[in-house]
Amino acid sequence: MTKRPPRWLAFSVLALGLAALPFLVDLGMGRSWVRLLDLALLYVILALGLNIVVGYAGLLDLGYVAFYALGAYVYAWLASPQFGLHLPFWAVLPLGAMLAALFGVLLGTPTLRLRGDYLAIVTLGFGEIIRIFMNNLNAPVNITNGPQGINLIDPVRLGAFNLSEPHRLFGLTFTGIHLTYYLFLLFTLLVIFVSMRLEDSRIGRAWVAIREDEIAAAATGINTRNLKLLAFAMGATFGGLAGGLFASFQGFISPESFNLMESIMILCMIVLGGMGHIPGVIFGAVVLTLLPEALRYTGDWQRDLFGHVYIDPADLRMLLFGVALVAVMLYRPAGLLPSTRRRREFADAQG
Amino acid sequence: MDIFLQQLINGLVLGSVYALVALGYTMVYGILELINFAHGEITMIGAMVALAVIGALTLAAPGAPGVLLLGAGLAVAIPVCVALGLVIERVAYRPLRHAPRLAPLITAIGVSIVLQNVAMMIWGKQYIPFPGILPQGRHEILGATVSDVQVAILVLAVIIMLMLILVVQKTRLGRAMRATAQSRQVASLMGVDVNRVIAATFAIGSALAAVAGVMVSAYYGLAHYYMGFLLGLKAFSAAVLGGIGNLGGAMLGGLLLGLIESFGAGYIGDLTGGFLGSNYQDVFAFFVLIAVLVFRPSGLLGARGAERA
Amino acid sequence: MSALLTVSGVSKTFGGLQALSDVSLQVNAGEIFGLIGPNGAGKTTLFNALTGLYTVDRGEIRLEGVRLDGRKPHEVLKAGLARTFQNIRLFAEMTALENVLVGRHARTRSGVLGAVLRLPATRSEEADSRARAHALLERVGIAQHAQRLAKNLPYGDQRRLEIARALASEPTLLALDEPAAGMNKAERSALRDLLLQLQADGLTLLLIEHDVKLVMGLCSRLAVLDYGVKIAEGTPDVVSRDPKVVAAYLGDEAL
Repeated sequence: MTKRPPRWLAFSVLALGLAALPFLVDLGMGRSWVRLLDLALLYVILALGLNIVVGYAGLLDLGYVAFYALGAYVYAWLASPQFGLHLPFWAVLPLGAMLAALFGVLLGTPTLRLRGDYLAIVTLGFGEIIRIFMNNLNAPVNITNGPQGINLIDPVRLGAFNLSEPHRLFGLTFTGIHLTYYLFLLFTLLVIFVSMRLEDSRIGRAWVAIREDEIAAAATGINTRNLKLLAFAMGATFGGLAGGLFASFQGFISPESFNLMESIMILCMIVLGGMGHIPGVIFGAVVLTLLPEALRYTGDWQRDLFGHVYIDPADLRMLLFGVALVAVMLYRPAGLLPSTRRRREFADAQG
Repeated sequence: MDIFLQQLINGLVLGSVYALVALGYTMVYGILELINFAHGEITMIGAMVALAVIGALTLAAPGAPGVLLLGAGLAVAIPVCVALGLVIERVAYRPLRHAPRLAPLITAIGVSIVLQNVAMMIWGKQYIPFPGILPQGRHEILGATVSDVQVAILVLAVIIMLMLILVVQKTRLGRAMRATAQSRQVASLMGVDVNRVIAATFAIGSALAAVAGVMVSAYYGLAHYYMGFLLGLKAFSAAVLGGIGNLGGAMLGGLLLGLIESFGAGYIGDLTGGFLGSNYQDVFAFFVLIAVLVFRPSGLLGARGAERA
Repeated sequence: MSALLTVSGVSKTFGGLQALSDVSLQVNAGEIFGLIGPNGAGKTTLFNALTGLYTVDRGEIRLEGVRLDGRKPHEVLKAGLARTFQNIRLFAEMTALENVLVGRHARTRSGVLGAVLRLPATRSEEADSRARAHALLERVGIAQHAQRLAKNLPYGDQRRLEIARALASEPTLLALDEPAAGMNKAERSALRDLLLQLQADGLTLLLIEHDVKLVMGLCSRLAVLDYGVKIAEGTPDVVSRDPKVVAAYLGDEAL
């Protein structure tokens, strides 16, 4: 025990590393990778949200992207020229998250009796319905601007501080994507904190109990209906939050960003990383966000190897991505970072 | 009245194709409790291979009768799809039979992505037109129009489904399949070679998918590397609607989904006073699906056995 | 003696099958009451009806005068009736300790806010739950397994863990569905001691059991079900001499 570095030291190193990361990435790999880092943080929030629904409560939700979309659209409606509203970021973001949570409960209610794959198809249906509405609600009243999406969404502003413009601080230039990184990091850490606290609580244990055996959970005193709805609501809250952040970051949203494949990707992140295990889910989200981009380099590899690009890297990367999904599952069916019980046993022996 | 009849015919034709694909989902699910997510892609591969063969033959033997060309296309597409189905089962699903439940779902998604991208590399991103080898006849029935292609699809689909029912009900293989679906363990104790039964299930499902893929591309007059995704999604919905794991349910669910879609497209404007147009037809289909499942959580014909405590 | 649980005129059909017909019985406070009968007699069905997993077609179930029929399983548990399952239904991927902690759910209250902010009330509630859970594991004799996953426990210990989980909800009546099934002789005798101890502490027990020796030795009174009908009720002595019971167990030819 004396060999372990003190906690504050580990935390400080981690904090410093996370703070320096965008600059290191910027120097080493280029600006586009910093942007990707921002996206990865967004996906960590989404994956942790879905993890509550699928990983803890065991409810296979294939329509999760609907809550992401809601959060994004709420943000766009209240902070863009679409309706001429320009409410501040700190007011819109919670509103989107709350509306998503409400929808989580609304959409969750009719599905409570459904199990496993039936639940999957119904949630998938809800996801598609919401996307189709976003796509078509430009007539007779223009609400969503249809397939064109909503443009010119306000960037994040805190008072006079515009997060999308470069700022010079401590002799360093922070561009919009650098500053966004810190904002997203803040929310990501918040979501991780909430997830960790929930996991190790009366509520978290009840969710896992429902996942393990719903009947036994009910007979052990758990109100399965309320707790499932709570899981939907919590997951949706994170989804709505990520949606609002996405809209502010991108400045433009359209229904295309919220298709079924997006839901499936988020599901892949948590299963691939290690379902129900927070570090695994974070890892899965980061890897699957970065992997398709990293695979763009296959063009360079081809040139180095054969002196010629045979297959367009843009085509090849999704193929390799699919192969990677299969390979990881075959060799690590429980995910890349499955939950290790030992650590928890250790913690309990301490406390 | 003629609109009604027209939508009925369109719905039945489309529905019979959904039913064929849904059967593949439901058979695999019945035995493995696995959503074979790659099934839609097998349908797409079936269409692509058949189109490639037909295209090559039209060049090699111009003027050959269309039915013969189509037959040749199917004769190649079916074995290719069967082989593909078997390989997928062996590589991506069998090693994971005792893994956590969602692991094979992810490999299925992975396989699906791989197949889509391989198809995209081979056949490109553009829509591929179905060659004009089929009879273009149209018939007027009570004010509705039926094309030769529609008639052929419907007749062929019904014949195939009847054959499938015969196989499952009357043959040794069918009996083994039903036994395996009841309980894999008991079936294997009774001397059923479970691995062979599962392989056979994938083979049959893939063959049906190949035929359905050719039908869809003939019906819409084109094929595309991404066509399997939506088709698979709808067919899976159809299987769930009917009660997944149940063959009759897949057929019923497929037909119903086809009808719902076609009538939805035709009448949704009237139903909502013009507020929603035909671009909401998929909403309509999903809405019916959700409504059915909310009131019958195991689908229309699904087992409703009381939960054993 | 006061009645703790009264079942009056309970009937339940599945499709055309009459699983329970007009069953009435009474369990008195402080006793160990046995429910026996041949396979398929409806014992587990009655348990499921008592604990809210099945809704009864007719009849009334009362615990300390409070209606239980028509209530959901978690409401039944909260009213004071906890149970175990014939085919052991633990939360396999949770540790033994966590299983028992889940059992505390109905007697604790902290919600999302409390969990996230670790409010003082939540902290003390959690500490209390943990202390009780450890004590219960100790009591059923598996304290050494607290941190092992439930699925990795030896069979007999899984049964004990299920009892500990049920006890965590502080029930007034504990219903055990074949607690001795699959246990060896030493385990059975340990179980017997545990059940007697629980009774001595004031708990009332309702017991489905196939092991006739165990039942006769433990129970103060018994009810016998056959084809969903109660054919006898009384002390072990009386019941074991009842010709209808003998016939049900040995078949009609024996008469």
